[in-house]
Amino acid sequence: MTPPFSAPTLRLTVDQYRTLVGHCYDPDGHEACGLLGGPMRNGEPTGVIGRVYPCRNTDASALSFTVDGRDYLRASRDVETRGEEIVGVWHSHTHSDPYPSPTDIDRAADPAWLYVIVSLRDGAPTLRAYRIRSGAVAEVPVELGS
Amino acid sequence: MGEGRRDLYPDVMAIDVRLPTVLRPHADGVPVVNAEGSTIGEVFTDLIAQYPGLSGQLVDETGALHKFVNVYLDDEDVRYLDQLDTKVSDGAEISILPAVAGG
Repeated sequence: MTPPFSAPTLRLTVDQYRTLVGHCYDPDGHEACGLLGGPMRNGEPTGVIGRVYPCRNTDASALSFTVDGRDYLRASRDVETRGEEIVGVWHSHTHSDPYPSPTDIDRAADPAWLYVIVSLRDGAPTLRAYRIRSGAVAEVPVELGS
Repeated sequence: MGEGRRDLYPDVMAIDVRLPTVLRPHADGVPVVNAEGSTIGEVFTDLIAQYPGLSGQLVDETGALHKFVNVYLDDEDVRYLDQLDTKVSDGAEISILPAVAGG
């Protein structure tokens, strides 16, 4: 049965996709991370992304990430000026599937957010998006547009 | 602004506190709330008195800043200041952000 939270469709522009995936190619091979800004309706993301915010990974690790707090603060102020909210986070898996790890599930910061994972394991990047709520994971569709 | 309290305690400041989306359901759904205190800890105590649902979200069972939130006084991370004892000044703004991490 499809979980009721397997929506909305994440809608990225090609430019946003390029920024997001390009940021994942960290020169030191560390996991990369960033935040997604966009509109919310009734406390839920609509799936439209207004802006992507590449952030620093303060863990500087190939195995884990922590979004730099100052980068988050800057992003939160920018989305406010745009009348939007932080609606999700992305990070890379350098050597594993594009599926939330137990740590990703355990540390999911907001049940309303979209969680995007880019796997670089197979050379070409693979991007997937999920909702994570109370330990349950549901994949959501992703559409690229102009 | 609580006039009586501020008359009695001139160090008590009225502070805007910005909440992340994940905490807003505990605060009537609003993005910014107003609370009083002369330190971050006092502001949080007032905040929790107004919105009891925030109890346990900001401060842990030992009374320290919860490890899964980051708190900024204007542009400064209070963990690098005096944590909950950090003094606040009138017109300052506190931003609470969840720690975003994974593996």
